[in-house]
Amino acid sequence: MRIVVQEAPFDMGAEANAFAAGDDAANGAIVTFTGVVRDLATGDLDVMEIEHYPGMTERALTKIATEAQSRWSLGDVLVIHRHGRLAPGDRIMMVATASPHRKDAFEAAEYLMDYLKSRAPFWKKEITNAGADWVAAKDEDEDALSRW
Amino acid sequence: MDVLYFAWVRERIGLPKEKVETQAATVSDLVAELSAREDRYAAAFADLSALRVALDQELSDFDAPLSGVREVAFFPPMTGG
Repeated sequence: MRIVVQEAPFDMGAEANAFAAGDDAANGAIVTFTGVVRDLATGDLDVMEIEHYPGMTERALTKIATEAQSRWSLGDVLVIHRHGRLAPGDRIMMVATASPHRKDAFEAAEYLMDYLKSRAPFWKKEITNAGADWVAAKDEDEDALSRW
Repeated sequence: MDVLYFAWVRERIGLPKEKVETQAATVSDLVAELSAREDRYAAAFADLSALRVALDQELSDFDAPLSGVREVAFFPPMTGG
């Protein structure tokens, strides 16, 4: 398991390759997901600022990844999440799962995504010409947890 | 104990962290103490349904006891991913 919380950009290709290279051949399925800063519908997002809770963030991500490992047959898990100031198009976060089976790899990746949306202490703020607004949590993100 | 604030809670109260001497038995008691201090605290804690609390870096709830807790954090619902 590798959990990374960093301000710096990451190279999703290099991370995916390193993740695959570190894995043994028993795992025939690798799923990766990368989240990208999406512009607003109006197209005027200047900066997405991500605040987090150092210490708790790493603990929460480790707990979520450990739970995924206990629920699915996983060879390895990777979670990378950035904080600080990001621009539209920047990559915010990435998860990767390796498993002997495709279904486990996909489901575990979805589980990781659902939980780190609303159980890892990150907060997003959108900054435009008009000002700055904290992104409100969505009910559907909370509801998504009930399927697990 | 250390009390930490994040996101708009931090902005509304005007600081990220402070040391608080308290005999509060539960999180709710601590919230009542802080809210009584100044308007900015009362404003931040006006709607507890819009807030989350972590005790020693684990998500908890407002009824939880504070005995033995060293770090309390208040923040809005998280928006990671």
